[in-house]
Amino acid sequence: MAFYVVQFLTGLASAASLFLVASGLSIIFGVTRIVNFAHGAFYMIGAYVAFTLTERLSGAFGFWGGIVVAAFAVALIGVIVEMVLLRRIYHAPELFQLLATFGLTLMVEDLVVLIWGPDDLVGRRAPGFRGAIDFFGQNIPSYDLFLIVLGPVVLGILWLLFQRTRWGVLVRAATQDRDMVAALGVNQKWLFTSVFAVGVFLAALGGALQIPRDAVHHAMDLRIIVEVFVVVVIGGLGSIIGAFVAAVLVSELNAFGILIFPKISIILVFLVMAAVLIVRPWGLFGKPEAPARKTPGLTVNPWRPLTSNERLAALAALVIAATLPLFAGNYALTVGSEIAIFVIFAVSLHFLMSVGGLASFGHAAYFGLGAYGVAFLAKMAGLPMIVCLLLGPLLGCMGAAVFGFFAVQLSGVYFAMLTLAFAQIVWSIAFQWVSVTGGDNGILGVWPSSWAASPSHFYWIALGVAALVTIALRAMVFSPFGYALRATRDSLLRTEAIGINAKRIQWTAFVIAGTTAGIGGALFAYLKGSVFPDNLGISLSVDALVMVLLGGVETVSGAVIGAIVYKALNIWLVSQTDLSKLVLGGFIVLIVVVFPKGIVGMLEMLAQRRKSTSPPGATLLAKPMGSAE
Amino acid sequence: MRARNIFVGAAFALLAGGMAHSALAQDIKIGEINSYSLLPAFTEPYRKGWQLAVEEINAAGGINGKKLVVVSKDDGGKPADAQTAANELVSSEGVAMLTGTFLSNIGLAVSDFANQKKVFFLAAEPLTDAVTWSKGNKYTFRLRPSNYMQAAMLVEAASKLPAKRWATIAPNYEYGQSAVAVFKKLMSEKRPDIQWVDEQWPPQGKIDAGPVVQAVAAANPEAILNVTFGADLVKLVREGNTRGLFKGREVVSFLTGEPEYLDPLKEETPAGWIVTGYPWYSIKTPEHDAFLKAYQAKYNDYPRLGSIVGYQTIKAAAAILAKAGSTDPEKLIAAAEGLSMPSPFGEITFRKIDHQSTLGAFVGKTALKDGKGVMVESVYRKGADYLPSDAEVEKLRPKD
Amino acid sequence: MSVAPPLLAVEGLTKSYGGIHAVRGVSFSLRAGEILALIGPNGAGKSTCFDMLNGQNRPDTGHVRLLGKDTTGKKPREIWRMGVGRTFQITATFATMTVRENVQVALISHEKQLFNLWGSAPNFDRGEAGRLLELVGMGGYADRPCGELAYGDLKRLELAVALANQPKLLLMDEPTAGMAPRERVELMRLTAQIAREKSIGVLFTEHDMDVVFEHADRIIVLNRGTLIAEGSPAEVRGNPQVQAVYLGEGLLYDAQHREGASA
Repeated sequence: MAFYVVQFLTGLASAASLFLVASGLSIIFGVTRIVNFAHGAFYMIGAYVAFTLTERLSGAFGFWGGIVVAAFAVALIGVIVEMVLLRRIYHAPELFQLLATFGLTLMVEDLVVLIWGPDDLVGRRAPGFRGAIDFFGQNIPSYDLFLIVLGPVVLGILWLLFQRTRWGVLVRAATQDRDMVAALGVNQKWLFTSVFAVGVFLAALGGALQIPRDAVHHAMDLRIIVEVFVVVVIGGLGSIIGAFVAAVLVSELNAFGILIFPKISIILVFLVMAAVLIVRPWGLFGKPEAPARKTPGLTVNPWRPLTSNERLAALAALVIAATLPLFAGNYALTVGSEIAIFVIFAVSLHFLMSVGGLASFGHAAYFGLGAYGVAFLAKMAGLPMIVCLLLGPLLGCMGAAVFGFFAVQLSGVYFAMLTLAFAQIVWSIAFQWVSVTGGDNGILGVWPSSWAASPSHFYWIALGVAALVTIALRAMVFSPFGYALRATRDSLLRTEAIGINAKRIQWTAFVIAGTTAGIGGALFAYLKGSVFPDNLGISLSVDALVMVLLGGVETVSGAVIGAIVYKALNIWLVSQTDLSKLVLGGFIVLIVVVFPKGIVGMLEMLAQRRKSTSPPGATLLAKPMGSAE
Repeated sequence: MRARNIFVGAAFALLAGGMAHSALAQDIKIGEINSYSLLPAFTEPYRKGWQLAVEEINAAGGINGKKLVVVSKDDGGKPADAQTAANELVSSEGVAMLTGTFLSNIGLAVSDFANQKKVFFLAAEPLTDAVTWSKGNKYTFRLRPSNYMQAAMLVEAASKLPAKRWATIAPNYEYGQSAVAVFKKLMSEKRPDIQWVDEQWPPQGKIDAGPVVQAVAAANPEAILNVTFGADLVKLVREGNTRGLFKGREVVSFLTGEPEYLDPLKEETPAGWIVTGYPWYSIKTPEHDAFLKAYQAKYNDYPRLGSIVGYQTIKAAAAILAKAGSTDPEKLIAAAEGLSMPSPFGEITFRKIDHQSTLGAFVGKTALKDGKGVMVESVYRKGADYLPSDAEVEKLRPKD
Repeated sequence: MSVAPPLLAVEGLTKSYGGIHAVRGVSFSLRAGEILALIGPNGAGKSTCFDMLNGQNRPDTGHVRLLGKDTTGKKPREIWRMGVGRTFQITATFATMTVRENVQVALISHEKQLFNLWGSAPNFDRGEAGRLLELVGMGGYADRPCGELAYGDLKRLELAVALANQPKLLLMDEPTAGMAPRERVELMRLTAQIAREKSIGVLFTEHDMDVVFEHADRIIVLNRGTLIAEGSPAEVRGNPQVQAVYLGEGLLYDAQHREGASA
């Protein structure tokens, strides 16, 4: 019995740190609607700064003072980030802020190594909480007891802050209805800044408090960020109580789950999230989001098919791209193939995201399933390449059909999180089911048949498929189905009132996007000759999001450019420098600030401006990127 | 469309980039790939090691009179990126061979690439047995003692313990799973009386140490096998110390004696764990002294195991190239098979049968000394003594 | 007078929320080509009643029949398929699409081409879309982005969209809310004209009594969830119970008028 009590208390202690970080994320999202990907980075900086301070300052006062000062210092960094970066992009399309915070995260991961060195740092134990307390023969670390108390205390303080102060009232009002607060004449800028500061403070505090139990290292952010998102979503976005309950739920399930299924912890949180979202689409304590009032500034430039001149130009560009093997070496061709494959991947997500308004955070699942589909067929069934390429993507299609059915029942961030959960579940299966998938070591030897093996032949295949896929999806945008899909994105109320079953339209789009991603994955398996769980991983899903956002989410085919620019830059940077994350992150942040509508979105705006006001000099400025009139 | 214009532009840029790098004809180039940005704690000492080797080789006149150049690439910890890098090294840089890699899956990916493109590959650090056995191929050699070898070394010591009730804690992925499987198999062969009472499989990098420690303690084992490492190990040790998990229990632990993993533990270092590792401070052989002196003189830092691996990888590559007198992969393979050479750990040989080097490891016990973790009672175990019989290896390895 | 079933027959609709009767036993009917106004003071149950007709809300008891077919409890999209077009109090249109595309989506749905992946949507029923837009006086706006339209134009667009499935019945929730007085008259005149020409039944709720009394053929009055009066504009105007309700609420027609104008 004592054992179960102690296991329960241990779970509560884990819940406390999770809650601190999650509550900060929840508050920030609730008010600013920013999906703050950098929240884990702030948590990590909190731990690093606290490490430095607690090593320098001696005694109990030095330790606890160091923890608190670190949290305040990082909150200050948060304020600077909010004012310098995020303020500029609140009006950018939804999720664009995600791109900015993603860029920041990349930068921070390299920066902490530059500042604090590459080694794992192990900090001091907390003065007064070094040992354990005996509980009927079981040991409970006294620091755990401290955390168990701290969780509800922080919850209480936040509750008082929200219920008893004017600031808190404003925050709650803004969480429910942002427009209303703006209408009340509240200085929205400072409300947002202060909310961001409080959220970052909580994250940094959560990180700083890990010092006595964890090692401080440069991958801490990734270790926590996904789990924190999950907790926030299970609890219900913007709900502090929800974050607390969800943190306890997840931690306790984990603490007891490992007693029965020791291997479960890797997917447990995602299973819980998927189950919660299917039963309660807004999380345990969340409320249905007020029907999104479309932000003004959303494309007033209706999409149109290419004119015949533009078609010729596109064809010409394709022909030029097809001549690459005449003068480029094998490496350039292989890179070209890889870029073409990522074009396929990006346009498939773009179709779902831009046309359907459904931002998937787990799109790599279908890319990876396509790749695994090919690997299974080629290695186990020994089928020839052409057959594998045709059938492999069907695995992506089936995955999308099953997961998509559940996912399209939700919308917005909840949709994003459910897709993430499904992707993680698929990833975990690939990662752990070693006897079938080879686990982490993947499936090797999936090389193309001899007719496709030479880099130039493979490049032509990849380029051809990429062109076909791009054209096909573009045609679909302007097909009756595409119109219906855009209609569901713009107004669910109206689509229902004109006889459209929106969920079925969205489901179909999901399956189309998933199958297309699977085609990309199938080619990728042959390009690399092997398949790994990475091909289904979160970082690949994030890559796809970044490519779409970079290209411009409001455009018809911006993802093509986004994929080319991002992938080419990525490959080049990884080849040139060990600090590729720092440079790439900096580039993304820059793009976000300079091109808030994405690269293609910006080009279109320039072209538009040039059309309306065309002083002789202006054309030169707009010319370099070669717009396609 | 614009898309394609930029596409072509990017291709041109890559092409131009490739040309700018073209090296002098008389140099011999080796391509090197590792997870520098993902695992700097391990790859920085590794890089220092191979840089020292390059310096020494060129100071001694290079390889058959030609200067040795190592072109190094980061793989970001992703197999797919490692292959892109391998491709660049082979296609654009024209390297004579590939070396490096740390993570098992990346080692396998590059090995498969080498096999497909018929390029010589000397895997430096990946531990998985598959590199030389089940997924082994003609073009791939490996330096570091494999998972199986480390397990066999540990089993030798562990089987002498009186403990009968064993629990295991391992990260839940291929490495952890196969480490536990090999250890259990070899252990049960020597000690049929052993019972396995609990196993914990925390996710790699995300251990929730409190509940894991608590669950292991509840099974009340007499001994524990640990396979976790890095930050997971730190958390496990801290929780285990606080909750008294290790009190009165034997612990056998993979790799924990390597400075990379032991040093961060500082005063938390648990005493008396049986570990494999690298006690650089207590190795008293002329070969190692020479290496240690050169390393400390150049970097004013002590070496980690990665330093040894990096150093010896390039030394081995140079020896193979020198013996082959050619960069032809087939000749390199012929030269490497059965080649013996000196190393800071004494003479090693690349076995013909499975292309595994006989580099060994130190087995000893952890201890706390002046607030730092050290290995004591360390003994060097030669790799050759911990490999299965040739007949078994034949069965494990696909025919070339 | 024919003996065919009425276009719309509502029988004993009842809906309550937590013990409070929002709508209680409401019955009425509507003939083809007839324009029927549903009025009542705030909280009378108009919206609840309306939502039960269009499928947003399911009645506790009672039936709605369209040309003799029971539509009770069907989803809005199913009711639309049975020939019911509708407009919203706050317009719901596809903001990122052009005016023509908005109509085309409705036509695509009507012709069951929603899952057609390969056709050309820009050319889909372009002529019919143009005719519908002409009909509501929006012919010149076909290529304008819907997000740029003035509110009155959005209302007209909604009417065009509502007519796309050649409906037998139009349900219009506060069709003139938020419009300038002159626009209101124009829109209702247009609606009446179309309804008569195409023999479409129209049921609308409305705050503006001028609009109601000028354009409705018949009026039904709800108060506290029950139907208190039904008849021609003249009959309803003279009904003492109706007067009492509006006076009792402290609202004169005049006051109603002003409130409607400023909404």
